[in-house]
Amino acid sequence: MGIAFKFGHDIDTDVIIPARYLNASTPEHLAAHCMEDAGTSFAQKVKAGDIMVGGKNFGCGSSREHAPISIKACGIKVVIAESFARIFYRNSLNIGLPIMECPEAASEISEGDEVTVDISTGTIENKTTNKQYQARSFPPFMQELIRAGGLIPYIEGRKKNA
Amino acid sequence: MSMTITEKILAQHAGLDEVVPGQLITAKLDLVLANDITAPVAIKEFAKFGTEKVFDRHKIALVPDHFAPNKDIASAEQCKFMRDFAREQQIEHYFEVGRMGIEHCLLPEQGLTLPGDLIIGADSHTCTYGAVGAFATGVGSTDLAAGLATGEAWFRVPESMKFIFHGTKFQKWVGGKDLILYLIGKLGVDGARYRAMEFAGEGIAALSMDNRFTICNMAIEAGAKNGIIPPDDKTFAYLEGRARRSYPLLYSDLDAGYMAIQEFDVSEIPLQVAFPHSPENAKSAQEASGIKIDQVVIGSCTNGRLEDLRMAANILRGKKVHPEIRLLVFPGTQTILRDAMREGIIDTLIEAGAAVSTPTCGPCLGGHMGILAKGERAVSTTNRNFVGRMGSVESEVYLAGPAVAAASAIKGQIAHPEEVS
Repeated sequence: MGIAFKFGHDIDTDVIIPARYLNASTPEHLAAHCMEDAGTSFAQKVKAGDIMVGGKNFGCGSSREHAPISIKACGIKVVIAESFARIFYRNSLNIGLPIMECPEAASEISEGDEVTVDISTGTIENKTTNKQYQARSFPPFMQELIRAGGLIPYIEGRKKNA
Repeated sequence: MSMTITEKILAQHAGLDEVVPGQLITAKLDLVLANDITAPVAIKEFAKFGTEKVFDRHKIALVPDHFAPNKDIASAEQCKFMRDFAREQQIEHYFEVGRMGIEHCLLPEQGLTLPGDLIIGADSHTCTYGAVGAFATGVGSTDLAAGLATGEAWFRVPESMKFIFHGTKFQKWVGGKDLILYLIGKLGVDGARYRAMEFAGEGIAALSMDNRFTICNMAIEAGAKNGIIPPDDKTFAYLEGRARRSYPLLYSDLDAGYMAIQEFDVSEIPLQVAFPHSPENAKSAQEASGIKIDQVVIGSCTNGRLEDLRMAANILRGKKVHPEIRLLVFPGTQTILRDAMREGIIDTLIEAGAAVSTPTCGPCLGGHMGILAKGERAVSTTNRNFVGRMGSVESEVYLAGPAVAAASAIKGQIAHPEEVS
């Protein structure tokens, strides 16, 4: 179970990790400044296992992989959004940051709600409101990518099986 | 089967006769690009592959342009990390400071992006190369690492949207930046999410290559996977003397499938300004007139080409930058800078009171060379005006083309060029 941190529509990667921190790329450094420009002291409050919730087009803008790395390194278990920007979506799958597309859950979960998720089945439960949701399923290829733990283990695994 | 230009390029690189939107493919890459911010992460991921050498040292471009020339010690380490990798791997297209430019101005200028190419870059504005008829898209560092190792990437074939610009009677000073800001204003920042944006019509045909690069550059700001303009005589003239490989001529079939077709008349599009904090907040320049500003930035991968600098110089010639304004100019490449010097453009800009820099992404992403303080406002020819993009979270960026930017520098507030001519 994790606590939900809620953000709005069109959360861009400059807000997730401002460019002024891109002069280094260690996960710890990036985690310390995650969502800094949202002005909510998120990085100081977040705990391992918490949930991030966004609106439509989450992760738009720059291709910086530093954005999902910073979120993952904060301890966020999963990002639930109405929809994801294309590059952020790829990057998250590639580095093994779980994401779930679920417009209903993304709009109805409030900041501070207690939420549990089952990433393998895509089920989301808001313990605070006692509501359940089902996230959209991934295409089979992306499920394989997720199961492998990201792009590099996926490619390495395929090479071994070839 | 009928296909769009985007679908044809993807099919060809996947070794397939045809592809359809939604299909997942693995395709061969013609060029793999990274910069000093994204390459270090990609190189560390590359090291996890059981391979020592990159797939092809001639098909990789590494450009230190974001925090280069090195802005601080940490940035210097990142640039050095990329440089060491480039030397060790004997990367042919590594561009050192002094020879480098802003990547999306530099690579087309060097003839490295050709029609029909399939290109990935660990930079979201990689979509710029669609202006020469390539399929080019931004990816993250792990995709880039896989590209470095295997020369391949996976793609979901995007649905295509077609945007037809009719007419050639542009309003005075209107250019590619105004067309794309106007379009993003209509579509929203996710209006083309996951899709291919194909630009067509007499209006596009009438535009120079510099203006076409600006349009494709900002396809990502509508959420698109790629932007693309079918090659024509202007493309071929641009490639003359640059292209060192032959390239296929691919065009959308007349009955190709589009999930949407939108049509515009260029004569109805006025000069644009996108208000903070989103490129979709585009309005006519008149509506922005009078907003007090502190800084003007002209340059970047969006508007740092020769015609952009020429437009700014034409407006600034014989005039002075307002005493309370800092005008910063960032030519896209060393060649652009020299061409602008030969034409007297740089002299005109400096005479007016501009600071002219060596090429760098610098202030566009709030890196260095022009960061905004709390409460400050800038007019910028760059591509993003997100919260904190150019500095303080309490600063503001208004996006515009070079004409509005130059006029605003003279007036000290956002201005239509009519107001200073």
